[in-house]
Amino acid sequence: MDSEFKKQFLDLQNKVNNLEKGTKDQMSMVVFSGDLDKLLAALIMATGATAMDTEVKLFFTFWATAALRDKNKKVKGKNLISKLFGAMLPKGSTKVKLSQMNMMGMGTSMMKKLMKKNNVASLEDMFKMAGELGVQINICEMSMELMGLKKEEMIDYPNLNICGVATFLVDAEESKVQLFI
Amino acid sequence: MTTEELQAINVDKSVDARGTACPGPLLAAKKAIGEITSGQIMEVLSADEGTKKDIPKWATKKGHEYLGTVEDSGYYKIYMKKG
Repeated sequence: MDSEFKKQFLDLQNKVNNLEKGTKDQMSMVVFSGDLDKLLAALIMATGATAMDTEVKLFFTFWATAALRDKNKKVKGKNLISKLFGAMLPKGSTKVKLSQMNMMGMGTSMMKKLMKKNNVASLEDMFKMAGELGVQINICEMSMELMGLKKEEMIDYPNLNICGVATFLVDAEESKVQLFI
Repeated sequence: MTTEELQAINVDKSVDARGTACPGPLLAAKKAIGEITSGQIMEVLSADEGTKKDIPKWATKKGHEYLGTVEDSGYYKIYMKKG
């Protein structure tokens, strides 16, 4: 009984300490890179954190936003530069490349084969899993505008918001863990 | 617990996560532990070397009791008691 009481006391003390620091059991991540390997690392950490009951908020900005495009969706009404950008940027998570040893796509396709062989989930599956686990994805509105991407061409994701830097800053301030990838 | 003791345990829940790599076993364990009650025993089967270290860390953090790991041919059996 004594040790049970002690455990509860320590638990409570822990919670009070956290309240004083103003942080929640939450992780905020800036996902900046549009590279396959870095995105995969970000999503593994994000989904892993949900197993710890940690709330996860991903802030997608710059090159990472293109990984959220849906390859089957088409949008109209883009200007010439946006169209050009759209054609040059990867169309979704299946089209992103490795940050190193891409070798005209050979390295990337080799890596994908290796991932399959080692039972590592594909980036596409990781996004699906993250959605099911309640990982929140916030997309930087300004990045989307710069890249000429529209809301209508993004993947169907259960917890997807378009927002600005303030959303990230508030989330990050409340988080115990902040990462930049 | 010794290997013999662990092998003699009657588990209440067995999770086979041998077909997945990180973070698959962890997510499978998290899902399955919600399906048993406090005091019940769960085993996680994983062929992933990292899981051997990961699951005890996770279990301790979540207030479950890590009982031990048994190595079988090419995979691990990781035992824990729900807290």
